[in-house]
Amino acid sequence: MELVCPAGNLPSLRAAIDNGADAVYIGFRDGTNARHFAGLNFSDQRALKALDYVHNGHKRVRLFVAVNTYAQATNWQQWQRAVDICAGIGADALIAADLSVLDYASKHHPNLNLHLSVQASATNHASLSFYHEHFGIKRAVLPRVLSLKQVEQLARKSPVELEVFAFGSLCIMAEGRCILSSYVTGESPNTVGACSPAAAVRWQQTADGMETRLGGLLIDRFGPHEQAGYPTLCKGRFRVNGKVSHAIEAPTSLNTLDLIPQLHRAGVSAVKIEGRQRSPAYVAEVVSIWRAALDQYRKNPEGFTVNERWMSGLARMSEGSQTTLGAYSRPWQ
Amino acid sequence: MQITLGPLLFFWPKKQVIAFYEQVAQSAFQRIYLGEVVCSKRREMTLSDWLALARMLQVNGKEVVLSTLTLIEAESELAQVSKVCANGEFVVEANDMSAVHYLSKAGVPFVTGPSVNLYSAEALQVLHGMGLKRWVLPVELSFDHLQRILARLQALGIGDLETEVFSYGYLPLAYSARCFTARNDGLGKDNCQFSCIKSLSGIPLATQEGDALFTINGIQTLSGSCHNVLDQWQVMQAEGVSAMRLSGHNADIIRVAADFALAMSNNSGCGTGCRTVTQDGCCNGYWFGQAGVSQSGP
Repeated sequence: MELVCPAGNLPSLRAAIDNGADAVYIGFRDGTNARHFAGLNFSDQRALKALDYVHNGHKRVRLFVAVNTYAQATNWQQWQRAVDICAGIGADALIAADLSVLDYASKHHPNLNLHLSVQASATNHASLSFYHEHFGIKRAVLPRVLSLKQVEQLARKSPVELEVFAFGSLCIMAEGRCILSSYVTGESPNTVGACSPAAAVRWQQTADGMETRLGGLLIDRFGPHEQAGYPTLCKGRFRVNGKVSHAIEAPTSLNTLDLIPQLHRAGVSAVKIEGRQRSPAYVAEVVSIWRAALDQYRKNPEGFTVNERWMSGLARMSEGSQTTLGAYSRPWQ
Repeated sequence: MQITLGPLLFFWPKKQVIAFYEQVAQSAFQRIYLGEVVCSKRREMTLSDWLALARMLQVNGKEVVLSTLTLIEAESELAQVSKVCANGEFVVEANDMSAVHYLSKAGVPFVTGPSVNLYSAEALQVLHGMGLKRWVLPVELSFDHLQRILARLQALGIGDLETEVFSYGYLPLAYSARCFTARNDGLGKDNCQFSCIKSLSGIPLATQEGDALFTINGIQTLSGSCHNVLDQWQVMQAEGVSAMRLSGHNADIIRVAADFALAMSNNSGCGTGCRTVTQDGCCNGYWFGQAGVSQSGP
């Protein structure tokens, strides 16, 4: 399985490649990708540098470019331009979700490989067939809503390669169709490539504890011995029927290291590490662990065992210092 | 301007569903969307039951559209969507690209609900070429965006695509593999005991300070406040919007529709819907390009 790794900037890109990535994915410095944060992402020049590093090392690595937000009526040309640049620099694939972006890319750059972004929210073989038949997508990234058994069933019928999220911050909602963020802040992944944007966040130490707010609304309150987390909207503690709890989801990271054999046997083509907004140190650590695990599996598929050092290494890198199998495991649902 | 009734988002006992739609048959609603769009485990109503209701509504002069499941995870769910798409009698609303696939392949005209991501005229053009005849504006898009999209559609030479706007009700905001109603009862989705039938208009979720935030409805998360832009009908009409969707969380939606129809016939603005919602608070922020939860105007 191809190990697909995030790169929010050149140092992270180098960290990914130096630690064994088979492919890296990047975005441009604007709202055309779903991690549009200040200081992150690649200018056209940087993207060319990235391509050089990626293609000319001792191992040829692939570069994917995410143009995966929904082209807005206010400035549709920006997405068109991003596709043209991606094709112009010779990227190995364009990752997109919007129908018009896929349509434009397939008509104007027929030699550009198209990967369907998780933001397209395609969870079944009929959706995948739609995108395959109309735009010739080669691969699709699956939303994190399918159980392992459902992934296996889908892999049997899928007309395209499948890439699944293997590690990183967990979206509890089906990607591409979650607008909780814009309900509270006016910005969402679909419109501006943001979720629970920093501009709407406030941290306040009060007598009741450290309070985190988004758009003025209280997302969580932490006691003196609790580590305060970023107020991602779905991960707060809320009141339902008088009881306060993580009613939607607790801060946790997805970790499917245990499932490497099953994913491979199911025919999954690639495993994706989430985290373009993460530091080079994070990327280096996570990628090296996954590289070691995948290599060990390849050398001895029948005898694959998960090394405890890998698991504790990944737990240290995780939200809330804990990990989960997420939707891959039915009881979690 | 047509007044439409969106698909019932909540899980009601069959008797209550039928009684409700019998009232709807005599109501101000002109087009009604029927079917289960949230969770495939909700089986009080079978496809046959929905078809029977559809024919009854049609006999009473209503236009009917069958609406389909939004988040599809299992083969059986996909098979059900395929079955609805092939019904041959009623137009089908696609809430996922799988339904768009089936309907476009069958060569029948179809419509899309607010969960199908269409944010530009260029995207609409792609589906229009495959048989899309009406779309519902994604709920987070503003009037400004709508204006630009409609102007661009005209420039692209597309003049026969109808626009419907979600104008009243709890806003569908997210879908998950996890069932939050079951979770609230300490259960998982697989042994949910159909908990959501106990909360006929969803379960309010608030911040620790008591501010209304969301409404839990099984695997779907809705807004905690009721979105209401009924008073924007004249502006919408001037732009070429042909239908306004009302989404009910109880039978009171029938009275909201009646009041709205009256206001339109008197050519007046309409803000009466707000006063009768079961949870506190109204909102209209999305329409004005702000956070959905906010309320602009008087």
